[in-house]
Amino acid sequence: MGSISRLKSILLNLAPVVLALLFTTVILVAVGASPWEAYRNILSGALESPQKIADVVAASVLLTLCGVGMSITFTAGQWNVGVEGQIVLGAIFATWVARNVLWPQVPVLTLMIIAGMLGGALWGTLAGLLKVYGKVHEIFGGLGLNYVAQGLAIWLIFNPWKPADGATMSGTDPFPDPAWMPRLGNLRVAPLAVILALIATGVVYFLLRGTRWGLELKAMGKNFRSAFLLGVPSTPRLLTAFASCGALAGLAGAIRCSARYGRMLPDISGGQGYLSLLVALLAGYRPQWVPLIALFFAAVGVGSPRLELNMQLDSSLGGVLRASVVLAVMLVGGWRALLARQRARRTAESPLSDAEVA
Amino acid sequence: MDTNFLVQTLSSIVAAATPVVLASIGETISEKSGVINLSLDGSIALSAMAGFAVAFTTGSVTLGILAAMAVGALIALIIATASITLRQEQVAVGFVLTMLCADLADFLGNPFVRKPGPSVPHLPISYLSDIPVLGPILFDHNLVVYLSMLSVAAAWWWIYRTQPGLKLQGVGERPESAFARGVDVSRLRYFYTVVGGALVGLAGASYSLSIKLGWSHRHTFGIGWIALAIVIFGGWSPWRVAAGCYLFGLLKALGSILQRNPAFAGVPTQVFSSAPFALMIFALLLVSSEGFDRLLALLPIRLARRIDRTIRGRSPGGLGKPFVQE
Repeated sequence: MGSISRLKSILLNLAPVVLALLFTTVILVAVGASPWEAYRNILSGALESPQKIADVVAASVLLTLCGVGMSITFTAGQWNVGVEGQIVLGAIFATWVARNVLWPQVPVLTLMIIAGMLGGALWGTLAGLLKVYGKVHEIFGGLGLNYVAQGLAIWLIFNPWKPADGATMSGTDPFPDPAWMPRLGNLRVAPLAVILALIATGVVYFLLRGTRWGLELKAMGKNFRSAFLLGVPSTPRLLTAFASCGALAGLAGAIRCSARYGRMLPDISGGQGYLSLLVALLAGYRPQWVPLIALFFAAVGVGSPRLELNMQLDSSLGGVLRASVVLAVMLVGGWRALLARQRARRTAESPLSDAEVA
Repeated sequence: MDTNFLVQTLSSIVAAATPVVLASIGETISEKSGVINLSLDGSIALSAMAGFAVAFTTGSVTLGILAAMAVGALIALIIATASITLRQEQVAVGFVLTMLCADLADFLGNPFVRKPGPSVPHLPISYLSDIPVLGPILFDHNLVVYLSMLSVAAAWWWIYRTQPGLKLQGVGERPESAFARGVDVSRLRYFYTVVGGALVGLAGASYSLSIKLGWSHRHTFGIGWIALAIVIFGGWSPWRVAAGCYLFGLLKALGSILQRNPAFAGVPTQVFSSAPFALMIFALLLVSSEGFDRLLALLPIRLARRIDRTIRGRSPGGLGKPFVQE
């Protein structure tokens, strides 16, 4: 009995993934492509060589930092969609340091990280201020700020930071050597970035679980009004939540331009902010699950360009797969809750039904 | 400035506003019943792609439009099911669907990128289009543009002047009271969410078959978010929402005139394309913030009250909240 119900619960937990795969399979069949071939391409594109695995880890660092950050704002009941722009601002601030501070590597990188966190926190706080004092819903405030950040980045690249041979969408000149985050041999992953992401996960986990600040955020997320009435200083808590999430996103932005590209790009975050929102949703706002889910998402992301290379399919299938996993988790979760409610109602209605159900 | 140029510009603003008008009227209907369809940006992209793909393959614009509307309605049905029956957070489901639909549109639309295809035929309304000034501005377009104008009037009439419209308002404002009066809250919410979704689908079709012909990557760039913001800006009232859409179109046209000015030659176009979103924040600040209340307090009370009433609306009381009939 015990092992059967455990098996059942494992199967039920896997059901959303199966459903999502089923959905993408139908899509693939519909466009006349071989699903097996497509999944094999994604998998081998993500895992075939140490370099690819390094890419997956590097991509998961960004998703982890932002996803963990968003666990903070989600705990407080806030939709910090502005993460995308907070990544960009972090990258902009870090780029400013890289271009203007000509020191040795250790102080330059330290300063870039601090500057990136500052930039992200600033942009996050702005969304928070718009929410608290402007009553602009954070989804719209954040989204608007994303596009503004994007415009700012492009303006910087096309004007003050223009490369000598003319500005293009491929970004600024490469940073001076000290501003490159050291990589692991010739693999495209920076160990420091991985360590920072893991530290961030641990710190946020502790802050949300073990501090008064985390408890107060949780109270606000559950019921904003009662938390306020019970004396939670909601405005400062909300702003610190936005600032901390922004700082982590900004750190991700600094890492992205320093460890991955070694320069500033117009599209430095490339939708990763929105993607990390899916990571945070799937993790159910629990930071400890974020790195694992981020790895899965990153693997799909690194693997799917193979579809374009080998099968002439658009790589956005990876995005379809990721989003449909999240959607399926919601639908299956809701459906199981619905069944449980109906069962409870039946039990309440007739005293005999206990035996019937068993 | 000569009149001809002005008339032409206004006429193109009316045409260009079509997708925004249709989408935000659809969203208004859905939100009036209490359901937020946050998936607009993705829905519009997917239905624009579907509309063009079907019209391209079958050669029939009508089928394309119907397909787009079906796609919009289907996405809305998923949101309704997830939020009403399965009690998931509306905003969460909507956001996930936004991303899902955008990626799906890119994937499925890949074979149709930058292909020339059919479009909604130009259809000036005889007699009306001959009226000086107003004629060319309002009645020298195609059927989808007329539908967008019609949708505004129809939505207003239905919501505020009919018996079922009263129920729609009740379901969105105070679902408990509506339920107590024998209204099937869930069913009506399903119905209006799907109707709103079909209009959003039509908005998508108007994009790929009328305003910005064909399909390409990021074809409908951010327009869904603008439409969602305009619903708030317009205070959930069809006329004001429509006014917001045309105002937005006007500002955008002014922006592109400004962009052609040699003084802004050094500014890359991408900076201009982010301007509407900065505008979106300001517009929402204007209608929501308390700072605006303080500004109004400086004016004579009667004038202040009138301004307040014209530019601000209240959100439906039951908006975004699940209705649990127990």
